[in-house]
Amino acid sequence: MDYFAQQLINGLVLGSIYGLIAIGYTMVYGIVGMINFAHGDIFMIGGFTALITFLILVSIGLSAVPLILLIMLVVSMAITAVYGWAVERIAYRPLRQSFRLAPLLSAIGMSFVLSNFSQVTQGAQVKPIPPLITGGYTLHDSGNFAVQLSNVKIVVVVTTVVLLAIFSYIVARTRFGRDMRACEQDQTMAALLGVDVDRTISMTFVMGAALAAVAGMMYLLYYGLVDFFMGFVAGIKAFTAAVLGGIGSLPGAMLGGLAIGLIETFWSAYFSIQYKDVAAFSILIVVLIFMPTGLLGRPEVEKV
Amino acid sequence: MKKAVVSALVALVLFSLMIGIRTETGPSGQLVYSTRFGELAAVVGAVFVGSIVIELLRRWVGPVGGVELPAGVRSAFSTLGRLLAPALLIFALLVPVIFYNQRYLLDLGILVLTYVMLGWGLNVVVGLAGLLDLGYVAFYAVGAYSYALLAQSGLPFPYFTDTYPYIAMDFLQLGPWAFWVLLPISGLLAALWGVLLGFPVLRLRGDYLAIVTLAFGEIIRMVILNWQDLTGGPNGVSGIPRPTVFGIPLTPGENGFAALIGVPFSPTHRLVFLFYLILTLALLTNWVTIRLRRLPIGRVWEAMREDEVACRALGINITTTKLSAFAIGAMFGGFAGAFFATRQGFISPESFTFQESALVLAIVVLGGMGSQLGVALAAVAMIGGFELFRGLDQFRMLVFGGVMVLLMVWRPRGLVSHRTPTVFLQNQTEISSSLVKEGHG
Repeated sequence: MDYFAQQLINGLVLGSIYGLIAIGYTMVYGIVGMINFAHGDIFMIGGFTALITFLILVSIGLSAVPLILLIMLVVSMAITAVYGWAVERIAYRPLRQSFRLAPLLSAIGMSFVLSNFSQVTQGAQVKPIPPLITGGYTLHDSGNFAVQLSNVKIVVVVTTVVLLAIFSYIVARTRFGRDMRACEQDQTMAALLGVDVDRTISMTFVMGAALAAVAGMMYLLYYGLVDFFMGFVAGIKAFTAAVLGGIGSLPGAMLGGLAIGLIETFWSAYFSIQYKDVAAFSILIVVLIFMPTGLLGRPEVEKV
Repeated sequence: MKKAVVSALVALVLFSLMIGIRTETGPSGQLVYSTRFGELAAVVGAVFVGSIVIELLRRWVGPVGGVELPAGVRSAFSTLGRLLAPALLIFALLVPVIFYNQRYLLDLGILVLTYVMLGWGLNVVVGLAGLLDLGYVAFYAVGAYSYALLAQSGLPFPYFTDTYPYIAMDFLQLGPWAFWVLLPISGLLAALWGVLLGFPVLRLRGDYLAIVTLAFGEIIRMVILNWQDLTGGPNGVSGIPRPTVFGIPLTPGENGFAALIGVPFSPTHRLVFLFYLILTLALLTNWVTIRLRRLPIGRVWEAMREDEVACRALGINITTTKLSAFAIGAMFGGFAGAFFATRQGFISPESFTFQESALVLAIVVLGGMGSQLGVALAAVAMIGGFELFRGLDQFRMLVFGGVMVLLMVWRPRGLVSHRTPTVFLQNQTEISSSLVKEGHG
């Protein structure tokens, strides 16, 4: 039981990270109807920028942990957001009127560019950092197994919840959110009614990238390492999460992320750790077969 | 000018941390960093100058764009286009004769032809049937591993061979004929996997299909990587039997091919043989594809690509149509995989990553989906270009990704964007591929 509780906590933390990445997929899919293939690599870039910011801050002698975390968050979100903007500008905008395969392939190319860019500039090794947030609580100790809740897990989950609340507010209540939902419905009509479609799409990519940056930073804090190849697998899993939750739906993405995180953690804990990715991908296939619209998705109306 | 400043600023933000600072693992295992502001300044400067140059070029070329070629030039081009395919074929046939002494070029030729074959195989799935498959490499892997494992250890299930020892014996006793017997078997096994993948994804389309096939490819790769007992895991399978000229081994010994036809032995013989082998396999793929296009099944594929709903309404069985496309595409992938295994003599999961799938898909799309000639040209361009950048080493994939983006932006419809329709009433005309709706199936 204790073991189960511990895995539950781990799964929730992992799921929050997947959920944060999945929101980026969901928003972009909602607005342009395409999988942003480079999104996983944007997440990786977010992790790297957080890592480098951390190194600079430590080397100039800053030691207040909350301040370091805040600066890391802001810097990595800002820089990664520019990456998101650049990806949209280079790989998507010129192809908006093109047929569907072209943007998919250019995004795959972009994903190669990003991951190899960081390999070239930062090297191929795994980059570890010392744990930044230490300490934690022991929730329950039965003698041979103690359920731990470390502070870093709390930080990850709380940050995720806060960001989800903020972004849900933006989408549901602000002017920009309304533009975004309008573009989701019908881009031509939205443009006719005075919505700047290009700008809205750009902003959607930027917001998705900023959230991916937070996910990258949380990954760095939680696992204490980043490497140039982590974007690919995390990206597919987050996409799985977005699909599982019903693509286009923000709470759905979060829910899907949690589900994937929990499934993966329990699978590793009770079956085999080697096949955890196989399990996650198999779930993707099974979900798409039986619930193509996901848990909270709307049924897609086919235009004939 | 303003644009250039803006893009330089964006570049500065983009690259400030990633290029400006390099992290290294220090002596004590801690990360240390060093600054590289020189490189950063160089890159930002390059972006600045580059964007000015591009803007100037755009102004210079821009208004001229969309110019109509005179009729004479156009007809010359189309004659040239018609002659291109036979000319390429003759050139391909002559390559081993011309470049007999240049092993590197022969090797490169074999590599290019392997990708031509893969491209033509995937073309059946993506180009004709419009099913977006990002996991094509899975079938390549299935073909390679089927051949390698069957040829090396018979049926790899001990409990199975205990009960039926003669099956394992048979595969091991094939001797020099191993390749010729196991090639079709590998193809059939790959086709079987194609059907297995086809069943669950029958209801999916477009991007969903792409992501599921991608996941499928990754599942296959991870199973190969982790099923150590069967596949040797990351160590791969080595000592795969070499191909023979219909039972005659290409060895220096007395029974070897060289001794039999009475010429001195040379290791180049095997390369030449492999070259013609893959050329034959590729041409077989091409021939089958062209034939299939004219048969009802091929027409149904193309009809399904154009409008699945209308196909259903006309009473066409979408299930068998999709499955047949997957199976046939996968079969050719399996053949190519078996050839790959026999050429290398060693295979490992490293060769079957998502990168390969993306490369083959890029070849198909760049070639102008559904165009056989275009796929061949694209394979020559991509693989040849890829080899040119061999010296760039770690920048190679970076350049490859960048080229993929640029090519898509420049020619989203591929190199050969015209093609002849499958059926025509009276005159054979060419249609633009921009009329084709790929990727919705």
